[in-house]
Amino acid sequence: MMGFDLTLVWAAIIGFAVMAYVVMDGFDLGIGILFPTFKVGEERDQAMNSIAPVWDGNETWLVMGGGGLLAAFPLAYAIILPATYPLMIAMLLGLIFRGVAFEFRWRDPGHRAFWDVAFTVGSVVAALAQGMTLGAILQGITVENNAYAGGWLDWLSPFSLLTGIAVVVGYALLGATWLIWKTEGSSLRHAQAMAFRLALATLVALAAVSAATPYLAYEYWRRWFEMPGVLLTAQVPLLVVVCAVTLFWSLRRGHERLPFLMALGLFLLGFVGLGVSLYPYIVPPAVTIRDAAAPEESLSFLLAGAIVIIPLILAYTAWAYWVFRGKVGTHGYH
Amino acid sequence: MFAGLDPVVLARAQFAFTISFHFIFPAFSIGLASYLFVLEGLWLKTGQGVYANLYRYWLKIFAVVFGMGVVSGVVMSYQFGTNWSVFSEKAGPVVGPLMAYEVLTAFFLEAGFLGVMLFGMNKVGKGLHFFATSMVALGTLISATWIIAVNSWMQTPAGYAINAAGQFVPGGSWADIIFTASFPYRLVHTVIAAYLTTAFAVGAVGAWHLLKDRANPGARKMFSMAMWMAALVAPVQILAGDAHGLNTLEHQPVKVLAMEGDYHPSPDGAPLILFGLPDSEAAEVRYELSLPHLGSLILKHDPFAPLPGLTDFPREEWPPVHIVFWSFRIMVALGFAMLGIGLWSLFARYRRRLYEWPWLHRAAVVMGPSGFVAVIAGWVTTEVGRQPYTVYGLLRTADSVSPLAAPAVAASLLAFVVVYFVAFGAGTYYLARLMARPPERGESEPPHLPQRAAGITPASGVTAPFATKE
Repeated sequence: MMGFDLTLVWAAIIGFAVMAYVVMDGFDLGIGILFPTFKVGEERDQAMNSIAPVWDGNETWLVMGGGGLLAAFPLAYAIILPATYPLMIAMLLGLIFRGVAFEFRWRDPGHRAFWDVAFTVGSVVAALAQGMTLGAILQGITVENNAYAGGWLDWLSPFSLLTGIAVVVGYALLGATWLIWKTEGSSLRHAQAMAFRLALATLVALAAVSAATPYLAYEYWRRWFEMPGVLLTAQVPLLVVVCAVTLFWSLRRGHERLPFLMALGLFLLGFVGLGVSLYPYIVPPAVTIRDAAAPEESLSFLLAGAIVIIPLILAYTAWAYWVFRGKVGTHGYH
Repeated sequence: MFAGLDPVVLARAQFAFTISFHFIFPAFSIGLASYLFVLEGLWLKTGQGVYANLYRYWLKIFAVVFGMGVVSGVVMSYQFGTNWSVFSEKAGPVVGPLMAYEVLTAFFLEAGFLGVMLFGMNKVGKGLHFFATSMVALGTLISATWIIAVNSWMQTPAGYAINAAGQFVPGGSWADIIFTASFPYRLVHTVIAAYLTTAFAVGAVGAWHLLKDRANPGARKMFSMAMWMAALVAPVQILAGDAHGLNTLEHQPVKVLAMEGDYHPSPDGAPLILFGLPDSEAAEVRYELSLPHLGSLILKHDPFAPLPGLTDFPREEWPPVHIVFWSFRIMVALGFAMLGIGLWSLFARYRRRLYEWPWLHRAAVVMGPSGFVAVIAGWVTTEVGRQPYTVYGLLRTADSVSPLAAPAVAASLLAFVVVYFVAFGAGTYYLARLMARPPERGESEPPHLPQRAAGITPASGVTAPFATKE
């Protein structure tokens, strides 16, 4: 197809799916991370119920990210997954405990405490594994003959630990601001107090990752700081400052929706920052999106459906959120 | 500690374990989603409260089953990359888009409407709620279609070319890739299997409660519906299975010969081996109990038609014969047992004793798990029968595996086993508890705090569109 870069379009679609996953399941996992800080009873039930109708759809974006990567960039899928093997397995197992806890805690009040712990541990493990995977990709993966050629603990480093913690903290912020939007009473006040601290922690983590990334490889340094690119890339930290100020201001003023939107904004900017660091690589330092891309027939076949179906998905997902709009009630369940 | 083990074997064990567990849940949720669709449709049409109560009764069970299906399914979408990276890289351009289409057209549809289906009864109108149920049911069927297309391509690959990097790439027409030779047979056989599995699970629950209280209207209704499915669908499944077998004989003869235990060619017509112990070393079935000519009659529809034997093919092309030989027999035996229950129920219905025949109810309870066992046995037959290949005849399993050391795969396998037994063991126990409770009038909805829509006074329970009139 002339004048139309399928590879780039697919990189954008996968990027969108990953971003959609991060923000949507991010607040679900964040609630899981914060769960022990909520009082047993109404506060926990409210927190859980604010996400029960939507978590499954949110997690589907993760399957889309994996399935889309396999379809559009099979080589990247075949390298990244073995390279981060223990992280992937840990994430999947964490998501199992997190996912079943939604139903099981209602089914078995006698063991609700156990499933609440499973909910939290599952969420923390999944978030940490996702963050560390990000760090493992950024720090570079050893590739020979189109296959992963490193050891099975290469992903573990101070940097990947840092990105792991950053994602846990960031998800917790998303969760807290979501609860500000969706709950009332003591849950709301608790979420507001948590959000304030988590916003600080998230900014510190974001700054630490941003400061460490350029030292991983000269390539990253060059992209961020060389003229004239710096005029463009400098907009990212500037916008982060704008988002952060608005976030603190809105928390202080007791706004109920703006904090969540600003937390989303921070994630979006972090994601743009990643794009700046990585593009055009998908598995740095060896494999670009073009190297990893599936043949044009595969990409165009899938694109034909995706451009029709993804807007439909967004439409009915938005409808499902709209059906469950408003605050979670404080009345007992029936 | 695991250094002596073969990573390929471990990776296969892990895939077999995770997919067998996973397959149990969709087999049930495909059938249950359609059943819920029928129940809600009948309720809207007739207004009879028994349908609304049954809908809510099974909805709570569906919620648990579906949740387990989702989390075990997410594992599958990453297993291809973690353990079978070479397969992923080589076959990704062909099977990847089909799986991505499954996500786009099925998973999102199910997940998007599931929340409304489970928790939205008092938040949307009846028509819209029925629409949500329909979309979830449709999603499960679309999902089955795509994933069976992927599996069928791996069994009977077509429509591909091989590029310079050794990857399978689309050869021109995607229709050739999706509609491979075994696809229609496999799809029909699998979807019917899901329906039968559900019918026998529902039937067992109904029968259990009939044994305790013959007058329970919910138990009577669900038992009757399940037995109609058994009586009508079990024979269709046997015919579909037969057609699928003939198709397999045409495209994967070695698999069928292993299923039959036919080591040696039978120029005058093959017997049907009922039982025996296949011994591939000696290339014979020990303690064989067989009926002459029946094998050819079934496979060729001619008792004297010659059939080849496994020894006509090189040994390195044989699947593990003893596994497929036995898994196939388990599946077929259960299929005929299902047919037996279906016929028995017809007879009971004719004698007007459907709800009053405890032995029928006891048999139905015993047969409750039969569908799950049959589905797993069938899956083992077709997947182990595909060995030693991942893409039949083209890419060997041994050449498909990730560059992983045995300890990594063994440790993750162990972790999966432990986690699955804890999480899904508990889930199965909760399911059993839900099923042990009889369906009642005014059946409750899945537990959930009512959510107050902005500006609307909460009045759930008062304005409930599902208010029961019985």
